[in-house]
Amino acid sequence: MSKAKSSLPVSGKLHGMSQMRRNEIIAGYLFFLPTIFGILLLTYGQMIYSFVISFTDWNVFGSSKFVGLQNYVQLLTQDFFFWKAMKVTLTYAFGSVLLTQAVALLMAMLLNNKHLHGKAIFRTIFYVPSIVPAVASCLLWSWMFNPDYGLFNAALSAVGLPKSAWIYAESSAVPSMILMSAWGCGATMVVYLAGLSNVPTTLLEAVEIDGGGVWVKFWNITVPMISPVLFYNTLMGVIGGFMTFTNAYVMTNGGPNNATLFVNFLIYRTAFGNNKFGYASALAWIVFVVLATCTLAIFKFFGKKVYYGSAEN
Amino acid sequence: MAAPKIDGIKKNRAPVRVSTLALYVVLIAISFVSLVPLYWMLRSSLMSNAEIFVFPPRFTPKEWRWTNYVKTFQNFAAARYFKNTMLLLIPSVIGTLLTSAMAGYALGRINFPGRNVWFTLVIGSMILPGHVTLIPQYLTFSKMGMVNTYWPFYLAAWFGGGASNIFLMRQFMRTLPRDYDESAYIDGANRVQIFLRILVPLCAPIMITVGIFSFMAYWNDFQGPLIYLQNDKKFTLALGILTLRGAYSSKWNYIMAASLVMVIPAIVLFAVGQRYFLQGIVLTGIKG
Repeated sequence: MSKAKSSLPVSGKLHGMSQMRRNEIIAGYLFFLPTIFGILLLTYGQMIYSFVISFTDWNVFGSSKFVGLQNYVQLLTQDFFFWKAMKVTLTYAFGSVLLTQAVALLMAMLLNNKHLHGKAIFRTIFYVPSIVPAVASCLLWSWMFNPDYGLFNAALSAVGLPKSAWIYAESSAVPSMILMSAWGCGATMVVYLAGLSNVPTTLLEAVEIDGGGVWVKFWNITVPMISPVLFYNTLMGVIGGFMTFTNAYVMTNGGPNNATLFVNFLIYRTAFGNNKFGYASALAWIVFVVLATCTLAIFKFFGKKVYYGSAEN
Repeated sequence: MAAPKIDGIKKNRAPVRVSTLALYVVLIAISFVSLVPLYWMLRSSLMSNAEIFVFPPRFTPKEWRWTNYVKTFQNFAAARYFKNTMLLLIPSVIGTLLTSAMAGYALGRINFPGRNVWFTLVIGSMILPGHVTLIPQYLTFSKMGMVNTYWPFYLAAWFGGGASNIFLMRQFMRTLPRDYDESAYIDGANRVQIFLRILVPLCAPIMITVGIFSFMAYWNDFQGPLIYLQNDKKFTLALGILTLRGAYSSKWNYIMAASLVMVIPAIVLFAVGQRYFLQGIVLTGIKG
């Protein structure tokens, strides 16, 4: 509320004030104008456009014709690829969020040790994989996953374990990609590290004095104190899982036998491969609804459990 | 009086040291896991094609063939892809910086009606994933004859430059004391002058953060160029590398060399701007 009153405090007549107020409003809109274009024309306007297209049989060649709910009905009742892609994406999103969050949090907690020297060096090293461009890391990992000449099978056979086909077999493709996603968890780790630095050591010491061990400290102090960060990282992880595209395009082309048919890749393929823009738009809207439901579920799950410190404004 | 305290610390020292040693061992092991894939990229890029296809694989090349890089550059139009990437990236980063700072100024420091609604719309588009807007945006830009040009990227950049950048700018602008612009205003400066001469210099840290983030986003972007750039003459590095793989599917040494060429600028930028990087991640992560 104090913000609303803080228009520039120059003493003057009411007429002068209103002139200034008018200038302020004009200035506000002028500075915001490019973003208004961006938000209305490139984002929300496009959503409406997409919604309209989703009820047509739009393709690049012919004119589009209104087909009502046909696209949606066909997707939900007859489309094998849609259901497969949903399953693949949800499995990947769930697995990669769990693994990435666990690894990132563990790494952050290791680095958050006050006896540690060289924290900055380790932090940098842990962060580096997450800045590798997606195309480059997809090429690198498909090479490391190579069943005959790759690093991973060399490591497995060095310790006497059987080789795996990694991304080249239906059953191991998604787990391999989940493993790969954990390699890039450095950015998530940095957010956890910042969250951990806000956990008061006095609380941890109090638990220690009462004889509480590592687990007690973790579940009763650390987790509640970093719950906003846990919440944020989980949400971003799920959204990122749904956006996965480059992995499928570069590494597997959605295969083998549709094992890595991520929804974002299916939308791309339906629109730009098969020229079914109307159908792909309907698909995109269903994915959007599923993702929105997941987001709401995450909000609900964390809901009141998220602890915002008293300093939060 | 202080003696018993020091004594107490000394007694605690020994177990701390053992667990600290274990900690270092674990951290070094994780560092190894982080870096080995990148080393694998380097090692593969320097091997002969025969050496690459042996099992079990060698950890180091017999001979470090730096000429692989020369051959890679001869085999794919690296210079053109790099130039294209810059043609796409530089105007886009400038547009992002300028218009997101303007939006941050408006949302963070100017009181205009509807401001909260606009801010909510900006935040809403941050959570909104790109699935739904991908197709209509393509159709729109396609109708405007912008396929195979960089205009779809330029327009998005000059129209606000993305919700998370606007959010970062707004949050930072709000922390700056209002006295600065108010005293400048009394001195007769207008808002454009206040913005350019006072706020932009004060915002240098967040401008650098947003600049680095958007540089990386354009450098790494794959799906955008894949959709809008269909002519090899316009390809960026991310797309160009795949043409190399298409042409020489088994020349993993060249493919790894090209990949490393794409990784190195990213790592250099990170090394130079690490402080701003971390700050940006923390700002979006914590205050979001």
